[in-house]
Amino acid sequence: MTDLTPDERAMTEGRDGPAAAMAMRIVAETARILGAERLIPVTSAHVDGCLYHGDSGVYFVERLVELEGRVAVPTTLNVGALDLIHPERVHADPHATDMARRMMAAYEALGCAPTWTCAPYQVGHRPDPGEDVAWGESNAVAFCNSVLGARTNRNGDFLDISAALAGRAPYYGLHVADNRLATVVVGTASLSDRLKAEDAFYPVLGAWLGAEVAGAVAVIDGLPADMPEDRLKALGAGAASNGAVGLFHVAGVTPEAPTLEAALGGRPAEQRIELTPEVVRAARDALSTAPDGPLDALAVGSPHFSIAEFDALEERLAGRRASRPFYACTNRQVLRSLEASGALARIEAAGIEIITDTCIVVTPILPAGGGVLMTNSAKFAQYTPSNTDYEVVFGSLGDIAESAVAGRVVRDEAAWN
Amino acid sequence: MELTRGRVLVAGAAAGPVLRLAEPVSFWGGVDPRTSALIDPRGPAPGAEIAGRVLVLAATRGSSSSSAILLELLRGGRAPAALVMAEVDAILVIGVVVAREMGWPTIPVLELPLAGHAALEDGRAVRVTEDGAIVTA
Repeated sequence: MTDLTPDERAMTEGRDGPAAAMAMRIVAETARILGAERLIPVTSAHVDGCLYHGDSGVYFVERLVELEGRVAVPTTLNVGALDLIHPERVHADPHATDMARRMMAAYEALGCAPTWTCAPYQVGHRPDPGEDVAWGESNAVAFCNSVLGARTNRNGDFLDISAALAGRAPYYGLHVADNRLATVVVGTASLSDRLKAEDAFYPVLGAWLGAEVAGAVAVIDGLPADMPEDRLKALGAGAASNGAVGLFHVAGVTPEAPTLEAALGGRPAEQRIELTPEVVRAARDALSTAPDGPLDALAVGSPHFSIAEFDALEERLAGRRASRPFYACTNRQVLRSLEASGALARIEAAGIEIITDTCIVVTPILPAGGGVLMTNSAKFAQYTPSNTDYEVVFGSLGDIAESAVAGRVVRDEAAWN
Repeated sequence: MELTRGRVLVAGAAAGPVLRLAEPVSFWGGVDPRTSALIDPRGPAPGAEIAGRVLVLAATRGSSSSSAILLELLRGGRAPAALVMAEVDAILVIGVVVAREMGWPTIPVLELPLAGHAALEDGRAVRVTEDGAIVTA
């Protein structure tokens, strides 16, 4: 049985209005089903439920708006099914377009910030270590727990917005300190420094981790201490989309792993896995469903591309132009920064089309007819074959730039051999 | 005849033929929200429709949007007759909770450890009772 405080009980009975009551009943009932003893106050939310999957989700959020709901904590929004800045770049049918627009408007009407990004942590939404929050979207959850050290479960659609309105979440899972300790140790001593310096190693490591440990908490040992944030972002996105990882630790890098022992909480590991170059190589190859050859399109930006990632892409292209359709998915804040710095004109002149507010695997954007898509994202590699009519080839950012110019897959294998 | 008994997570009575899936399934990307057909060619029983079945799941995986797919099935009348899960799935149950709040049809949800699944032969006609018993129809 879930114990509600007098305050929480008053909310379910309508003290703070009918929308807060409905949200609190959903949170409390979910807590009861999950066996949570109580609820916990949360200080922020990130909502994944704003992506259109069918009319029922639109009616749900519109009900909350009719009941005059307002979020009780700062809340950011994940991607929707439309690019509101470049609407002509999405080719959804008229009904889906209309309903997706209604859905996005309703979430804004509840007081959520129209961030429309799967990387809210790179547009200023960064809770402190130890803070309890209620986030949705698998990569955002993994980053929030692992890199920021804040605490959230992998919240399903509708529980995220309910928690935002109620200001509470069920107290279980990754809110409980003990459940955040690693039980699996991943060793990387036999991998070369060259490989660890390669951007594309991190999404591959994530995809391997997700498949290997499913939902267990792992600590990875032996990675460089000065790891850029975008590598941790790619690692988490790979692990979350290829498994059910909500939290991972990197010894000497992430906040709950100052040392290997600290990440384990002083307990012995239940499992130890030593990575080999062969395993990493096989994990990389498993991200492709098509052989190397001619390409029909390229895409980057899952999670949404950062300024640093755009800089790196520009550097790799070195003034050359893509010969195939090339999509870079990002958010409005990054778009504005690119405009302000003058980079946007150069990026567009290189043949790159920028997609904001959404991405290529959640709504129709890629040219009709299908073909082979190349990406440096483990998450795009995971979802492209099932959500679009494209096969996928995975490569590094450097490979992407060379392949975009050549129109076929070009690889630098030095790091992987 | 009582075949087995689960722990009641959401109470209700239902009847239908068993559809037992031994491999993990993700509702988002795995179930067509309009037809209820299983659509992942790499997943279990591709092509089978889950509507009206007593769906027995060994495991679930994947996206946090699976709750949205189940809600869509419930509103459209294409949901399973009942859900029987080896371990409670935090994401899937939200679809049922929200459907009830919206006044749409809901379904019973039971937790039944894997060992109990053997009693539920695929295709067998069964009834689920309010107190969590699964009996021959």
